[in-house]
Amino acid sequence: MTLLDSRPSQAPPADRPPRREWGVANVFSHGFLLLWGLLTTLPLLWVVMSSFKDDNEILTDPWGLPGALRLENWQRAWTEAHIGQYFLNTFVVVSGSLALTMLFGATAAYVFARYDFRFKQVFYYAFVGGMMFPVFLALVPLFFVVRDAGLFNTWRGLILVYAAYSLPFTVFFLTAFFRTLPQAVAEAALIDGCGHFRLFFRVMLPMARPGLISVGIFNFLAQWNQFILPQVLIPDDESRYVLAQGLSALAVSQGYQGDFSGLFAGLTIAMLPVLGVYALFQRQIQSGLTAGQLK
Amino acid sequence: MRHGKYPLIIAFLVPPLVLYGVFVLSPYLQAFQISTTDWLGYSADANSVGLDNFVQLLRDDYVWNAIKNNAILLALVPVLTIALGLFFATMLNMGGRAGRAGVVGVRGTAAYRLVYFFPQVLSVVIIAVIWQQVYHPNAGLLNAALKPLGIDGPSWLGDPRTAFWCVLAVMVWANVGFYVVLFGAAMQAIPRDIYEAVLLDGAGRLVTLRRVTIPLLWDTVQVAWIYLAIAALDGFILVQRMTDGGPNFSSDVIGLRMYNTAFGSDTKFGYASAIGVVMFFLTLSVAVLALRASRRDRIEFS
Repeated sequence: MTLLDSRPSQAPPADRPPRREWGVANVFSHGFLLLWGLLTTLPLLWVVMSSFKDDNEILTDPWGLPGALRLENWQRAWTEAHIGQYFLNTFVVVSGSLALTMLFGATAAYVFARYDFRFKQVFYYAFVGGMMFPVFLALVPLFFVVRDAGLFNTWRGLILVYAAYSLPFTVFFLTAFFRTLPQAVAEAALIDGCGHFRLFFRVMLPMARPGLISVGIFNFLAQWNQFILPQVLIPDDESRYVLAQGLSALAVSQGYQGDFSGLFAGLTIAMLPVLGVYALFQRQIQSGLTAGQLK
Repeated sequence: MRHGKYPLIIAFLVPPLVLYGVFVLSPYLQAFQISTTDWLGYSADANSVGLDNFVQLLRDDYVWNAIKNNAILLALVPVLTIALGLFFATMLNMGGRAGRAGVVGVRGTAAYRLVYFFPQVLSVVIIAVIWQQVYHPNAGLLNAALKPLGIDGPSWLGDPRTAFWCVLAVMVWANVGFYVVLFGAAMQAIPRDIYEAVLLDGAGRLVTLRRVTIPLLWDTVQVAWIYLAIAALDGFILVQRMTDGGPNFSSDVIGLRMYNTAFGSDTKFGYASAIGVVMFFLTLSVAVLALRASRRDRIEFS
């Protein structure tokens, strides 16, 4: 690996910023960074701004500021377009599925990481292999499995299915995490007469907290934003829609009714809490989402 | 240590296994079987037709059209996303090289990192609906910006020549931020003294990036490639919500083809499952190929 180009290698004087000739490049690169920043925020800001406009303003002057702070758009979206209801629905479903995912994921991963038994590898790869399959392949049979279990159009069904499809990654991630925990603590606890169950809940689970938080954040966002599974499993009953379904239904009905301001208000209501929580827990969320890929 | 471990193993492993077996494993296995039948859904009769579905698939222009679009996504989305991701991550983590610290990020790195990640926490449905409005021919942000310049913008999603490219752009837009953060995290793990040495040797920024940073990041780039390739074979939600595959199938993708075949007006479950099986093998081979093609000697740093 030769790092030297034709230039003579001399250390730049310490009191002067090295490599002056990059000044132009810096303007360029700052420009690009700024441009991408605008590209990311502008559409979102525009949606928030449009949520205060009336339909006429939206249609005639897309870049203009709202003439008044029309909170009635938000109110209409919350009640008439049922965004409030969808919020609650999503919250109920994700609370249940996330709890189930974490419980089942942690227990299964713990067993895979810490105990030896027959066919362990077979079970492990059967579990983790689920990450490789595109969900589309399962959709048709899943529809019938859920219907035959009497869970079609129910939140219970959705909770079970969310948890089941989150398990492969959760188990994969947490197994690796439990393996990194020191063996000595567990042995000491067992010698002191601690039972296997107590050991897990009192010692190992608290020690695995950072891993649980990472994978919990990952699963929360994935389940909160889930669209394909509810679309197949709760297709008709609008009162049970989750947020993603509700918004897409709102976008479709907006096309017929032309209620632009209602759509923008609905988008804003759905978007802001997520962005707010993200801004508060930025570091945890970023590392939670990227941790899995770096393993 | 062995005493009494089996109650725990059974209590901890069996419930997750049952859940996973019923809702994930069994549907996947059934899908392969269904793909060899002519099942039309709600009636019970499904006749085994062997590989007929797959033969029919080979002659199905709609499927080929969708595969072509996925192939374009596959060729462009990973390259563009990784290139932009690497570029921005480099800027943010080692753009500023002045001063005593040697190699540091540019000013405002924290703000950029916050903002770039926004699309990653939003639901794809929200992203699709937002961009649908941005591309709106009359009331959209884009055409309204072009108007003062005297340009009558096209109807973007309504025009078969542009619709697919609009979706592709959104796909890249939605993914770049994540990879900026991912590459950034990997860059932070590279020891600073390597850069100090490189800097002392007088290497320019491009050389540093090409000869030092990218080789050291190769594992991460490889992972990014695989994830993006798999994402490029999907694209279902964006396409369905933004264009529904139109106009005139110009932005169709395999996932949407499968979905509409199964849950559209005619419920051809057998044929749809065959498309699903094809998708599975495509995804699998792309992942394996990406893994192979990008294999290089690992560079370790302690």
